[in-house]
Amino acid sequence: MNVLAKSFAVAALAATVALPFHSGAVRAATPADTLVIATGIDDIVSLDPAEVFEFSGGDLANNVYDTLVTFDPANLSGGYIPGLAESWTVSEDGKTFTFKMRPGVKFHSGNPVTAHDAAFSLQRAILLNKTPSFILSQFGLTADNVKEMVKATDDMTLVVTTDKKYATSFVLNCFTATIGSIVDMKTAMEHEKDGDFGYEWLKTNSAGSGAYSLKSWKPNESYVLEANPDYWRGAPAMKRVFVRHITESASQRLLLEKGDVDAARNLSPDDITAVGGNADLRVDSDLRGRIIYFSLNQKVERLANPKVVEAMKYMVDYDGMTKSILKGQYTVHQAFLPLTYLGELKDKPYKLDIAKAKALLAEAGYADGLEVKILARNDPQTMEIAQALQANMASAGVKATIDSGTGKQTLGVYRARSHEIYLGAWGPDYPDPQTNADTFAHNPDNSDEAGLTGKLAWRNAWAIPEMSKETEAAVQESDRDTRAEMYRKIQKEHQMTSPFVIMAQKIEQTALRANVKNLYTGSAVTSVFYWTVTK
Amino acid sequence: MTSLDTTKAGRGTGSLSPLFFKRVLKLVSTIAATFLGLLFVTFVIGRVMPIDPVLAVVGDKASKEVYEAARVAMGLDQPLYVQFGVYIRDVLSGDLGNSLLTSRPVAEDIARVFPATLELATIATIFGVVFGIPMGVVAAVHRGRWPDQVIRVAGLFGYSMPVFWLGLIGLLVFYGILGWVGGPGRLDIFYEDTVPQVTGAILIDSLLAGDLEIFNNALSHIILPASVLGYYSIAYISRMTRSFMLEQLSQEYVTTARVKGLSETRVIWGHALGNVMVPLITVIALSYAQLLEGSVLTETVFAWPGLGFYITNALLSADMAAVLGGTIVVGSVFVGLNLLSDLLYRLVDPRAR
Repeated sequence: MNVLAKSFAVAALAATVALPFHSGAVRAATPADTLVIATGIDDIVSLDPAEVFEFSGGDLANNVYDTLVTFDPANLSGGYIPGLAESWTVSEDGKTFTFKMRPGVKFHSGNPVTAHDAAFSLQRAILLNKTPSFILSQFGLTADNVKEMVKATDDMTLVVTTDKKYATSFVLNCFTATIGSIVDMKTAMEHEKDGDFGYEWLKTNSAGSGAYSLKSWKPNESYVLEANPDYWRGAPAMKRVFVRHITESASQRLLLEKGDVDAARNLSPDDITAVGGNADLRVDSDLRGRIIYFSLNQKVERLANPKVVEAMKYMVDYDGMTKSILKGQYTVHQAFLPLTYLGELKDKPYKLDIAKAKALLAEAGYADGLEVKILARNDPQTMEIAQALQANMASAGVKATIDSGTGKQTLGVYRARSHEIYLGAWGPDYPDPQTNADTFAHNPDNSDEAGLTGKLAWRNAWAIPEMSKETEAAVQESDRDTRAEMYRKIQKEHQMTSPFVIMAQKIEQTALRANVKNLYTGSAVTSVFYWTVTK
Repeated sequence: MTSLDTTKAGRGTGSLSPLFFKRVLKLVSTIAATFLGLLFVTFVIGRVMPIDPVLAVVGDKASKEVYEAARVAMGLDQPLYVQFGVYIRDVLSGDLGNSLLTSRPVAEDIARVFPATLELATIATIFGVVFGIPMGVVAAVHRGRWPDQVIRVAGLFGYSMPVFWLGLIGLLVFYGILGWVGGPGRLDIFYEDTVPQVTGAILIDSLLAGDLEIFNNALSHIILPASVLGYYSIAYISRMTRSFMLEQLSQEYVTTARVKGLSETRVIWGHALGNVMVPLITVIALSYAQLLEGSVLTETVFAWPGLGFYITNALLSADMAAVLGGTIVVGSVFVGLNLLSDLLYRLVDPRAR
């Protein structure tokens, strides 16, 4: 026993050496002027607003940069309002927009915000030609003409000319997107390298006029923002904002319950339910723009049969899916424009009806069923949806196999038009109906050579010359109500004939400490606002 | 992983004879060949994976033109061997390239994530050694009786529990309910960036800065993930110690020592344990090297921004510069620990000198 006693003594000694003390002082709450958020930020690949196109990057840019046209966070459904541009006029031919800059606004550097900065920012967005540049180039702005089309006529006046007439609301809505962020020209150009307009530097730094300046960004770890006391919309109540990269729902929930974070943005449905029962916490729901759908590649002969397409729409348990798998984080929605968008369509003509699906398949000549492959990314939620679809299809006689891969793998196949059925999600790029209409209902050239990889209609080889023309007409209609009606008509037609089975729209559930007020996550139209938060 | 036969190289002569230089040269060329092979295999695996690195950068919605421009800018339009050649040339000139995902130099990224892993792995290994060896010895001495059973069951538990689960339960109990330790992350968020970074290991940096408050906070955050990882180390080291010790205890010299009247303590802790130190060093080095690769699951649960998470993330996005940079680090760790354990052999085993 002597040896045993001694070895335990050694172990005990080791334990006391290794664990001398621990800070038992776990804080009960975050400081009153500090906002701490737990969320996933590993999607950020760049902080340059000419390139930012991911959710987390958009969140950051929305608080660091300002745009000419913006939103009232408390009234997002009210549509756009003046931002760095105090006012604007549109020429009679609808092609020339003249913006008057808001006087007295300064960048974080102290430089004044002028029309020259605005022109520089929009020009560099086109010249750098990063992914989101299409939001501006769709107005006919190109590398060759942008210096002519976007011009500062004096310190306070910016003139933007488009190649043809577009709906005023369309143009202004696009200027609210991250790509329309106004960058501090002087600061950016001080860091210019090889004519890159400061791109390399701005990928990891910031030069904006927004409510916060970027203090630090550690990829996959955290970012810290510091309040801009001179912000033109008023000094933010939260002096510092810490956003920490935490993906695991259970970890987020623990931190929130302990009071170490003020908001947790990626809780699983189960954790949301648990948090709902805690008096110190609250759950806010916000309808976002993301839509879940699956689509049938029209290059695949059996899937191009209209009866098969229609049958598929009756093989989805829409209600069951949103209630069980998606548990309150999605709502049933069957049209390509997200709810809250101009021209939204609330019709839900489809429900699970296996008998009808079977009858339609029989009409199509597939009374004995058929085999299909569903391509889906391998995250747990998508896989659950894929399996639910697989089960429903099986009862209708369709034998579906699931091909899964990482998001980048499946996207590669999808963009190459090599899939049969693709199960995925789509989020709008800017708060105008054109964003989704352009991808779901516009395909001017269905040939492989056209390579219109950005358009979902093209990816699914859906040739729609007529509908493409209707979409083009809607984007030029100046009258708001007429325009909304045009989109409703397109969507109704789309709902009936398209190879897209749209299933649900995202509801973002944010869990918060009960004392945190006014954290607006941006609804379907924009990103999160930190400057409105009070505690 | 290649094991380097340096024991043989160093054995026999310690003087600066031509033979010695020859052996050093051989060692260096072995290391160089190991690295080149390692990089080549990683590179090929990374390139044949059906993942499109361009999409990781430009995103789903990029137009064909933007996509093509990015592909060319990333050098992906070149043949594979040219890409590899360019990469090796850059590495030799000290440039590990830029990560696609973080837009920063890979060297900078690794300098940020590796100390986090190093700190965690070192403490976990200390746990493994400090608890694992005595436990193994005790189990061997009391073979078949209750201390042995208890230690073996505890070890089995350590082996078979999913680290993810263990981490979450640990967090729930010690952070959530008891409040004894800090939560996920390396520090409470308010302390972030308050200590000047010297080594990147917060425990060391805070001591260098003389800031005990931050040291305590960092310790309260590291103790739980290190314990979870350390548990595996303990299980492994104690099991190996037990079997090495059993072998030694059946040797004649042990009986001789006992007959000579040496105390049981000296026989076991002095003679027998002394003789198992050589194989044990290899075991410890291997377990340490494994922890230094980073543990993705532990890092995810504890929001610990380490090497495992970095490399995995990079691999899933085909961010090759980052993957290869990580490979170099992991390779160096293995080569370094191999050399180190060889050196230690010579210290503890006179026959190896």
